[in-house]
Amino acid sequence: MASVLIHPEPIGNGLTRVLDMLGLAWKAIPNAQGALDAAPTGGWNGAVVTVDGDPQVAFDLARSLRAVDEADTRILFLVGADLLPELADNTDLFDDFCLTPFHPAELEARLEHLLRRSDPGGESAVISYGPLRLNVETYQAMVDGRALDLTYMEYELLRYLAAQPGKVFSREILLSEVWGYDYYGGARTVDVHIRRLRSKLGEEHASLISTVRSVGYRLGTARWG
Amino acid sequence: MEPQENYVLRTVEERGVRLIRLWFTDVLGQHKSVAISPAELEKVFEEGLQFDGSSIDGFSRVQESDVLAKPDARTFELLPWARSHEPSGLMFCDIERLDGSPFDGDPRQVLRRNLKRAHDAGFTFFVAPEIEFFYFGSDDPTTPPQPIDQASYFDLTTADVASDLRKTTLHMLEALSIPIEYSFHEDSPSQHEIDLQYTEALAMADSIMTFRLVVKKVAQERGIHATFMPKPLDGVQGSGMHTHMSLWKDGENAFFSADHEYGLSDTAQAFIAGTLRHAREITAVTNQLINSYKRLNDGLEAPRYVSWARNNQSTLVRVPVTKPNKPRATRIEYRAADPACNPYLFFSVVLAAGMKGIKEGYELQPETTVNLFDRKSAATAGVETLPRSLDEALAEMEKSELVRDALGDHIFEWFLRNRQAEWDEHSRQVTPFELQRYFTRW
Repeated sequence: MASVLIHPEPIGNGLTRVLDMLGLAWKAIPNAQGALDAAPTGGWNGAVVTVDGDPQVAFDLARSLRAVDEADTRILFLVGADLLPELADNTDLFDDFCLTPFHPAELEARLEHLLRRSDPGGESAVISYGPLRLNVETYQAMVDGRALDLTYMEYELLRYLAAQPGKVFSREILLSEVWGYDYYGGARTVDVHIRRLRSKLGEEHASLISTVRSVGYRLGTARWG
Repeated sequence: MEPQENYVLRTVEERGVRLIRLWFTDVLGQHKSVAISPAELEKVFEEGLQFDGSSIDGFSRVQESDVLAKPDARTFELLPWARSHEPSGLMFCDIERLDGSPFDGDPRQVLRRNLKRAHDAGFTFFVAPEIEFFYFGSDDPTTPPQPIDQASYFDLTTADVASDLRKTTLHMLEALSIPIEYSFHEDSPSQHEIDLQYTEALAMADSIMTFRLVVKKVAQERGIHATFMPKPLDGVQGSGMHTHMSLWKDGENAFFSADHEYGLSDTAQAFIAGTLRHAREITAVTNQLINSYKRLNDGLEAPRYVSWARNNQSTLVRVPVTKPNKPRATRIEYRAADPACNPYLFFSVVLAAGMKGIKEGYELQPETTVNLFDRKSAATAGVETLPRSLDEALAEMEKSELVRDALGDHIFEWFLRNRQAEWDEHSRQVTPFELQRYFTRW
């Protein structure tokens, strides 16, 4: 799991939510020394640094992160439009930036992209399909930015379907893959859980999961149109 | 650690859950709850939560009083009404003895045992109840119950209250993984019905417990009292819990057969025959209150006779007419139980009765085509009546090997003692009815 440094502390709820949704292990630190002290083995994977008040504070912190040899810390600046010109002379200190107040979906997308680049071999912890996001590290699920309260089996079923959107799975396959063969309820259990999932996705998104007659279920639209 | 337990621990952490409610039920189906903090959760998954069972009705005797509550991680939900300020979670528990064996005073374990037996014969038991209940203006038992939508003035206002109540209730139930089939205003003033979509029986028994709590809670927040008492008002129908049932085998509906006129397989016929033959023995469990019999005797919508039919609302077992070629929908409806029963025990005894019919190949009696709400036709139909009182039902149950075996000695004996004591206390009461009839006249 990617470790991410946040500066300064304390951090706002909006940012916390984005970080949690991405399943990042993050830590808010007060200053450059704190960043070095709290660095995990191998250094920070990423840093979200707010450029605020005196921009030099943020730049110094970024510089100290860049100075650690073995680390390849991806740095994202959160910056107000008024301080944007300051960035022009310091392009070596950041890999990406996002204007504040930020849009959560934009920041989420930028961070995901930034950290994926920093860890080319690693798989993303987030499965996305349309408005749906599933974090396999933290077991959290969201639709349209709204957290879904799922039971374990509902989560597992949704994750299985979302991992291969467009593919149709029979009840028997779902039962053996998601529940395991020894499970009690029989194939009809799958129908029960699909119904519960649809009701939790809400009317607007219930159709994300479609029933394919006499075959089974599918998340999203058919692959071949 | 099991993956589903890991899921719960992780969710508790991610969502900042502050409190986890562990739920279980006593023998009569009263909801019990104990709350633990997230810090204790991992230990409770491993070891269970030890508590003194002697203070729970029908649990242990004093000398062997400690038992363990073992949360069932598959049932974990976030409580929708606690979401914003202090997130809380809930899990249903199985009760175990200190050595880890199932505790025989726990209704959930009783149902597990009966489901296991059916499963060993290859069957999974699916159920879908239609739950009726009333809303009243107050929960004060010393004044006559006031329906909230009886008056014809203020129809608009009162109708709004009830529909808002029902809407909020439905949303909350869906958030708790309890999907709804239908919901509507019933015949009696202030009476409502909510039909749950079928699930496997253990999940449904849990859902019914949650359902009763949610309905009461939503009403209470608006100063309304919701009650599952079977017969709160004179002269109008009471609240039942008609329950649709089917058995499934290898992913197919074992109740369906294309060869039979009504689409009923031999399994279904034997199952119906089992529920009918043992109906009188299981009635104390399906209708456990003295008041339950006021509903069964009222001659309005509730069944009085041990009978079955395809489309006759007056029988004990009804086989709903389904569209041809819809094998999945074939099912039977058992109409005696009321919503004040213990759902774990109800499903246990009715399943045991049906399974006995299958095992021993009971022959199904002919269907009843006369209207049994009409007493004269009933008399000529040659059908048995259901017990007319709790006393009679208990006497039938006491003789029943089937019920003893389904419930286990512990619950069987405690239940008889407890219900008989209530009956005895009741039979010593001088009622307003008697005073009105006799006081001046004699």
